[in-house]
Amino acid sequence: METKNVIIVGVGGQGSLLASKILGHLLLNQGYDVKVSEVHGMSQRGGSVITYVRFGDKVYSPVVDEGQADFIVSFEILETARWLSYLKPNGQIVTNIQQIDPMPVITGAAAYPENLVEKMKNAGFKVDAMDCLSLARQAGSQKAVNIVLLGRLSHYFDVDEAAWQKSLEANVPPKFLELNKKAFALGKSSC
Amino acid sequence: MRELMLGNKALARGLYEAGVCFVSSYPGTPSTEITEEAVKYDEIYCEWAPNEKVAMESAFGASLAGRRSFCGQKHVGLNVAADPLFTMSYTGVNAGLVIVVADDAGIHSSQNEQDSRHYAIAAKVPMLEPSDSAEALNFAKLAYEISEQFDTPVIIKMCTRVAHSQSIVEIGERAEIFKPYEKNIPKYVMMPGFAKKRHPVVEERTKKLIAYAETTPINRAEIFSDEIGIITSSTCYQYVKEVFGDSVSVLKLGMVNPLPPELIKNFAAQVKKLFVVEELDDVIENFVKSLGLEVEGKNILPLVDEFSQNLIAEAFGRKIPAGKKLADEIPARPPVMCAGCPHRGLFYSLKKRKCIVLGDIGCYTLGAVPPLSTIEMTLCMGASIGATHGFNKILGKESENKTVAVIGDSTFMHSGMTGLANVAYNQSNSTVIILDNSITGMTGHQQNPTTGFNIKGDPAGKINLEALCHAMGINRVRVVDPYNLKECDTAIKEELAAPEPSVIISRRPCALLKYVKHKPPLFVDAEKCIGCKSCMKIGCPAISMKDGKAVVDATQCVGCGVCSQLCPKKAFASTAEV
Repeated sequence: METKNVIIVGVGGQGSLLASKILGHLLLNQGYDVKVSEVHGMSQRGGSVITYVRFGDKVYSPVVDEGQADFIVSFEILETARWLSYLKPNGQIVTNIQQIDPMPVITGAAAYPENLVEKMKNAGFKVDAMDCLSLARQAGSQKAVNIVLLGRLSHYFDVDEAAWQKSLEANVPPKFLELNKKAFALGKSSC
Repeated sequence: MRELMLGNKALARGLYEAGVCFVSSYPGTPSTEITEEAVKYDEIYCEWAPNEKVAMESAFGASLAGRRSFCGQKHVGLNVAADPLFTMSYTGVNAGLVIVVADDAGIHSSQNEQDSRHYAIAAKVPMLEPSDSAEALNFAKLAYEISEQFDTPVIIKMCTRVAHSQSIVEIGERAEIFKPYEKNIPKYVMMPGFAKKRHPVVEERTKKLIAYAETTPINRAEIFSDEIGIITSSTCYQYVKEVFGDSVSVLKLGMVNPLPPELIKNFAAQVKKLFVVEELDDVIENFVKSLGLEVEGKNILPLVDEFSQNLIAEAFGRKIPAGKKLADEIPARPPVMCAGCPHRGLFYSLKKRKCIVLGDIGCYTLGAVPPLSTIEMTLCMGASIGATHGFNKILGKESENKTVAVIGDSTFMHSGMTGLANVAYNQSNSTVIILDNSITGMTGHQQNPTTGFNIKGDPAGKINLEALCHAMGINRVRVVDPYNLKECDTAIKEELAAPEPSVIISRRPCALLKYVKHKPPLFVDAEKCIGCKSCMKIGCPAISMKDGKAVVDATQCVGCGVCSQLCPKKAFASTAEV
């Protein structure tokens, strides 16, 4: 199989490390060669962060470059827009519609672009947008946005439910497992 | 067993399997997780040392005592530890000693982009360079064999993309190694008479290591084409394979010091055109040129930043995919101090007093970005205090009443103390602010000598900063709470005015620490808010303006209350009170 590329983007601290860990674990158990590249350090302090997940028969580079992503999984809509050029023609966007103002917007030095989902759709991007924050709260914690998104992403993967559950169990601390399973289910059943 | 593993975790697994018993490191991105993963093995004693030099010396002592030992750091950490490294090359080791240096091409989380391969060359020690997690594990084990076989410390060079990428590894069993210590003064006492005799030993060892490099399986030629041959190592190997697959020949170097001249010449003879693909400096390329070979490298590839598959494809004249964008301007999202960060109030107070702030390495370096824009210099660990001393010595009264050094608790213990010793000894009227957030923050919450806990979170020795500063000869030492703006302002004003050196300890734990109990979020009473933006001056990511009024993002706010102290209309209130 030709290597598939996923980028997970968001704001530092939103939980992309856990999402990539769960996804990587899942794909490993499907028998793929997998590489995941993470961001640690300063960018995690509220900066724009990007995590790469690649899988296939044989994966060399751990990173995804412009024009190569099959999926953009995004925690925040401005970040979706920022990384659009990484998407392949016909690539799929799975995004949270939450808006988090970056500092230049907070200080008034820049404006947060409006109607981003609509603009992306008009530009021909395949956008699956949803309010993950509400669903995460419904599951019991606003921190579960990452798992809601994975639930939604699961629609696009030819992997059975049990394998996703197994990967959640292997990577989420036991005391948060029920909450995260609920978040996954809410994300999955949201469309 | 097949596992998906972070490069740093795989390296730690390699340490475990190699029988390592002692790890001493100082945290630094992208090296930190090696030590954090190693501590999970009960068989390995692990510690955070106050700095890299102490860590490396401790690892040396453990090697002398007979157990395989390890010391990890980021690239700039090796600058600090260079002193023991250069002479350990002369003494050699007893049990194996391996050093990791993790470079940060692309400057993801560093103050520079230096290429650590120069250290291996200058110190004349072997350097291995893994290209993925499986190699990180296997090279760690091999490095101990090389260390003991050739009686030398061995450096493993990681980079951000190997350290922080997960790939598949096979794990194995642990070996136990013990080599009883034997007194050997001419080998281990590096005074001139003995050191002079050790230098030729080093040169002889290098010759043997070159012979080893010629045949070691970690340097391998993958011959697929007689047209193009690419010499490469580390993560660049992965990019080269990504772009070219098996359509070009590749000489993959797992050992980058010393380099194997015959292997390179043989490889060059099998291809029509020879290239070197290496990030940062032209180390391999210059060596290849010194062999009299024609080679291309930095004429088509940059000396700066990290590489990727697209960058290499483009350099070789291949078409790369172009992605589509929206027409909108996308505002940048630089990292910021977290909501509730205790540094914020202190920086606001410094800005208000128009202080010249010479900074240091840590989360608080973010005090340099808008809207605080307060820090005017950041150089290296500990430099804030030395630089403030020099600044004040030159400008005297002109700067003494407005210049401060700001330095974190961990950075102060790392190398700020010696700067303070200079202030106390040579008496500059300097004001030093220790931002004591009770943890090493930027690298992800490591304990340090001031926190009272060790790497496992167990109770440990605790250095009292106030007593330490007093003992060093600083008479004026005071503690403030950075959530209290008035207290900060008074302390800054008084200590800058004082006619002698002083230390202000700004003390409050990092807002991200799990044990910190936060207050409920605040909200803005829109009726009271006059839209004056006073609260916006602190650059809190939880506060923004909507329709001319301030609003608080309840998902981020931790109720620190710094903003409410700035509000002239008392418009902020706690959600707990409604």
